[in-house]
Amino acid sequence: MIMKLKNAFKEYRPLCLGSAKHRAALLAPFFALLLLALCLTASCSGRHNTAVIVAGSTSVQPYAEILAEEFSLLCPDCEVDVQGGGSSAGITAAESGAADIGLSSRVLKENEQHLWFVEIAKDGLAIIIHPANPLSNLTIEQVRAIYAADISNWSELGGANNKIHLITREEGSGTRSAFEDLVMEEKRITTKAIVQDSNGAVKQLVSSDKNSIGFISLGLVDETVMAISLNGLAANWDNIANGSYPLFRPFLFICKEPPTGQTKQFIDFTLSDQGQQILIKEGLIPQQTELKDE
Amino acid sequence: MNNFKEKLAGRIFLVLAFSSISALALITVFILIQGAPIMTKVGLFKFVFGMEWAPSQEKFGIFPMLVGSVSVTLGAALLGVPIGICCSIFLAEFAPATVRNIFRPAIQLLAGIPSVVYGFWGLIFIIPVIRDYLGGPGLSILAGSIILAIMILPTIISISEVSILALPRQYKEGALALGMNQWQAIWSVMLPAAKSGIVAAVILGIGRAIGETMAVIMILGNAVALPESILDPVRTLTTNIGIEMGYAAGEHRQALFATGIVLFIIIMIINASAQYITRKK
Repeated sequence: MIMKLKNAFKEYRPLCLGSAKHRAALLAPFFALLLLALCLTASCSGRHNTAVIVAGSTSVQPYAEILAEEFSLLCPDCEVDVQGGGSSAGITAAESGAADIGLSSRVLKENEQHLWFVEIAKDGLAIIIHPANPLSNLTIEQVRAIYAADISNWSELGGANNKIHLITREEGSGTRSAFEDLVMEEKRITTKAIVQDSNGAVKQLVSSDKNSIGFISLGLVDETVMAISLNGLAANWDNIANGSYPLFRPFLFICKEPPTGQTKQFIDFTLSDQGQQILIKEGLIPQQTELKDE
Repeated sequence: MNNFKEKLAGRIFLVLAFSSISALALITVFILIQGAPIMTKVGLFKFVFGMEWAPSQEKFGIFPMLVGSVSVTLGAALLGVPIGICCSIFLAEFAPATVRNIFRPAIQLLAGIPSVVYGFWGLIFIIPVIRDYLGGPGLSILAGSIILAIMILPTIISISEVSILALPRQYKEGALALGMNQWQAIWSVMLPAAKSGIVAAVILGIGRAIGETMAVIMILGNAVALPESILDPVRTLTTNIGIEMGYAAGEHRQALFATGIVLFIIIMIINASAQYITRKK
């Protein structure tokens, strides 16, 4: 076996280890490719220098992308480059200057308060069940008990005698971390829960399984699923605006310093009537809505 | 001049061949560099046999996913292998030419369907059936096994058919001349003679099943708990990477690459054993 390998290697030797000239011919295509790759990356990073870089929460990212698209129609010379990475990464990027605007779907922590920020909108979180489920109201404590697997049958909540099929989001998801902060508190979501990797997949599953429960962004609720009321309060804009429906989170734009130039133009556009209308159309709650107790 | 041309052509092919090998080398080095730090930090044993996966709490144990991968793959093999082997025997020995000409391309077509389509089909058809008739949430080991069994059929059928067809004609003729009927000739002469090819087909099919990602993300449910029955949702090594890669950063990301290392080693073992068996004869 080893002999065979040696022979095979000998056969290839003239090809691999020929004269210097031949070796150069062999390597030339590699260098050409390398050069090409370098040029490409160089031209990309060259473009970035003039663009407004927006990075952070993947919950805010799709909305920021829509805003960036509309903004580029208004200002053809401007370029807004939207990236993901998560809320914490976005805040860090804004602080370090790696991004002009950081996106966050959570409030700033104590040690981040020195950064400049503006709330662009609010997003509600809806607990959804199948429309045929007779229940329509739960308390936050009940939802917490369901997700901690302390309650595992709908009959314990006054429903039919069926096992509850829990659906949650994957680790790292902004929607999941919002749900953990707002509902679970110190409890943990059971590992038995089914994990889906998007709002759409959770909605699809809940709409097809009458024993299931899940949570998605309020803006995405439609007639295929039922958003349950919490503590007797329906999940809608009015109840979030008056502070009675507790499950919502802010969407923030964060900058290192008060913005200037194109960055400021983009933020101004987002906060303008036109920008806010876009966000409303996409299902968010506009920034102008003041909360009673804040 | 001609000699130069030939040498040049040889060299160009060598470079192209190197590029495919270097892709493999690059990927291997990359996932090792990315994944090794977290493995050494957590400890190899704790990483592979740890029961808890909660990256946000710095718990990185992939044992439930190992169990998930093994159980789904085993289920797929149990369902797919008998069907696949029987189908290849039928195609090689029994089918009239017209039937064979329809079956063969149809089975090849099965291999050409994108896995996301399999997943979607499973989500729409198989899962409601399991949920309604067998109970549970429907997203389960059983659903994954059924879909994967279908997906590995083309691999198993075509390789075992080829290895049956490759047998010398004398084997069958001799068996028939000794007074065996056709089934006896197949069962006691041809199948044992084609054993290594068939086993390789099964192993390659298993390799395909264990590496499949997209279809199973949609139908397995991805729960990170040890399953108690075949109707429980489960997460495999591949879906762990697929489902969490989008948001992962830092150690979480490294842990996903480390999951990839484990998967890589498993698949290497599977492929190596397939090669070993086919070479042995």
